[in-house]
Amino acid sequence: MIYKVISKTEFTRFIDALVLNNRSFGPKQVATECGGNPVYQFQQVHSVDEVAFDYSATASSAKHFFLPFREELSRFLFHGSEWEQQISYEANPVVLIGLRACDISALNILDDVLLHGHFPSPGYLARRKNSFIIGMDHLPLPDCFCKSMNHHTVTTGFNLFCSDIGDDYYLSINSSKAFSFLREFETRDPNHDDNCMLVERRKRIQNGFQTDIDVTALPTILDIEFDSPVWEKWGDKCLNCGTCAMVCPSCYCYSLTESFSTNLNEASREKKLYSCNLVDFAVVAGGHNFRPKNGDRLKYRYYHQHRGFAENANQQICVGCNRCGRACLAGINPKDVINDLRMEKESCMTCVSSSPRKI
Amino acid sequence: MHDLRFVIPPQDINREDFASSVPDFNRRSEIMRTDFGYRCMVTNIVQLTEQERLFQLRIIDPVERTLFRFKPGQFLMLELPGYGDVPISISGSSSNHEFLELCIRKVGHVTSALFTIGEGAPVAIRGPFGSSFPMDEMAGHNILLIAGGLGIAPLRAPLFWINEHRNRFLDVDLLYGAKEPSQLLFTWQFDEWQMINHIKLHTIVERADTAWPGKKGMITDLFNDISIDTAKTYAIVCGPPVMFKIVCNWLDRLGIPMNRMFVSLERRMHCGMGKCCRCMVGSTFTCIDGPVFDYWSVMNLKEAI
Repeated sequence: MIYKVISKTEFTRFIDALVLNNRSFGPKQVATECGGNPVYQFQQVHSVDEVAFDYSATASSAKHFFLPFREELSRFLFHGSEWEQQISYEANPVVLIGLRACDISALNILDDVLLHGHFPSPGYLARRKNSFIIGMDHLPLPDCFCKSMNHHTVTTGFNLFCSDIGDDYYLSINSSKAFSFLREFETRDPNHDDNCMLVERRKRIQNGFQTDIDVTALPTILDIEFDSPVWEKWGDKCLNCGTCAMVCPSCYCYSLTESFSTNLNEASREKKLYSCNLVDFAVVAGGHNFRPKNGDRLKYRYYHQHRGFAENANQQICVGCNRCGRACLAGINPKDVINDLRMEKESCMTCVSSSPRKI
Repeated sequence: MHDLRFVIPPQDINREDFASSVPDFNRRSEIMRTDFGYRCMVTNIVQLTEQERLFQLRIIDPVERTLFRFKPGQFLMLELPGYGDVPISISGSSSNHEFLELCIRKVGHVTSALFTIGEGAPVAIRGPFGSSFPMDEMAGHNILLIAGGLGIAPLRAPLFWINEHRNRFLDVDLLYGAKEPSQLLFTWQFDEWQMINHIKLHTIVERADTAWPGKKGMITDLFNDISIDTAKTYAIVCGPPVMFKIVCNWLDRLGIPMNRMFVSLERRMHCGMGKCCRCMVGSTFTCIDGPVFDYWSVMNLKEAI
């Protein structure tokens, strides 16, 4: 990693040159909420003016550049009773501008799942290799809890990371590609003041988190509370729409469907992102549903995010961006569910330990 | 305006060298190959019951055929292009490198389509995937195989293994329960198993007319018939989801250690490679860590059985 400092005007010129020649995506305001808050999404940008550098958080995450909603895995061309299987792993290079630290962390988690196992996903690998990621730190929103999940900073998984220090950007350069691009622009080595400003900025971000979830020993608590009524309570609210998994930056479950073309000469196998909250997620052939109730499926989602993956990869899947909480139509958010779950036992223990005279 | 052209060149992943560092679990060294299936031809179809058929497949390419190896308990993804792929446990012998045998029940979309194809039809397979029964570890012990209904299909592969290495095992009991006498599968092999391989076969059915000479009842009723030395026994259990808990509790009460009971689970699967998460139970994937689990690890998993 090499650290440089670039002035904001020079940085704008850099982004402009990058955007001009590459397919680039950056945060753009696409709508306004009823409350007046702007809605941002990662959309294609053609000049630096279109990029909203001061955006809050995008509604969808950046995972869709790597895991699209629909993706054709293979195509079958039939010749009589025989067929030919075609698979293409081509990916066009893409520049992603302004990803948050938690978004990049989520990509690192996806790398763990999709690349570092027994069977690396070639499609994902192609896209990951062909991306140029420019990260950017932001002050947290009131409902972000990345700090609780320890994902408010990121050290790998990006090409360039920019921290806003007043008139300049403090750049962490993590790839030779980014370094050679930046050579054409006026940068300087960080001096003592810049370093102080960076620490100051980091502190401001760290202290800016208003939401905190206690995730200490959460895997154990989830085990203890497996039959807790809390799950039923929140499950009754759940609409089974699967929105939470769609906006989640690190959810990766999918389903495969195969279909014939109308002339019956071709068939394609499509991968569609799925959600464990959808009713038929665990239905096996013959009709048995391993998770028939709303609460079961909701529980499973939390179980996978905070316990199952922690056991396999020693980290939790959730990065704490709270996109699911913001997007949920039923008002379910991880903070309330986890706190509710904790209170289930903690409130009970307080009443046992702090009131000795209770009969 | 800058006239510099920073064009990011596309990277060809087919030339990435890390592809060779991937464990060659799926018998081919290139990672792309997990997406391509082996071409197979259906060489024989045996109608077992109205619902179940035994498909015999032969891998067309001779090199691929010799390279294809599996262990008892593993499964493969059977592809029928245009319809989809389904996880099917291999019920043939693992030493038979010429033919693969798959026992398939007509339940879903793909299996219904499979029932329309005839001999000579091409299909494709991916795999083998998953864990297997530790047959070497079991050698020198009594084996208790418990199958309910279609659960005999995954048990047939270890049964073949036992028959081929019969002198390595002590007593072998097979408890086999079905709904009706007509639902019993592989009946033509019963005599062979009993007479030649000295396997004690106990069958039971839930419903039967008076013509049925055997026993009637649930599979747990058969436990009274057998006498096993629990300290020296390995158990293999496969059946419908409701059966596992009842049978494993029985075995536990008999005194078989939990790490010596093996169950073969079934879940919905779309990839077979630990990517789609459809088969996830708690923290484990049925496709990578399973489908064969010992009861100890499965008992601690919530919602597993």
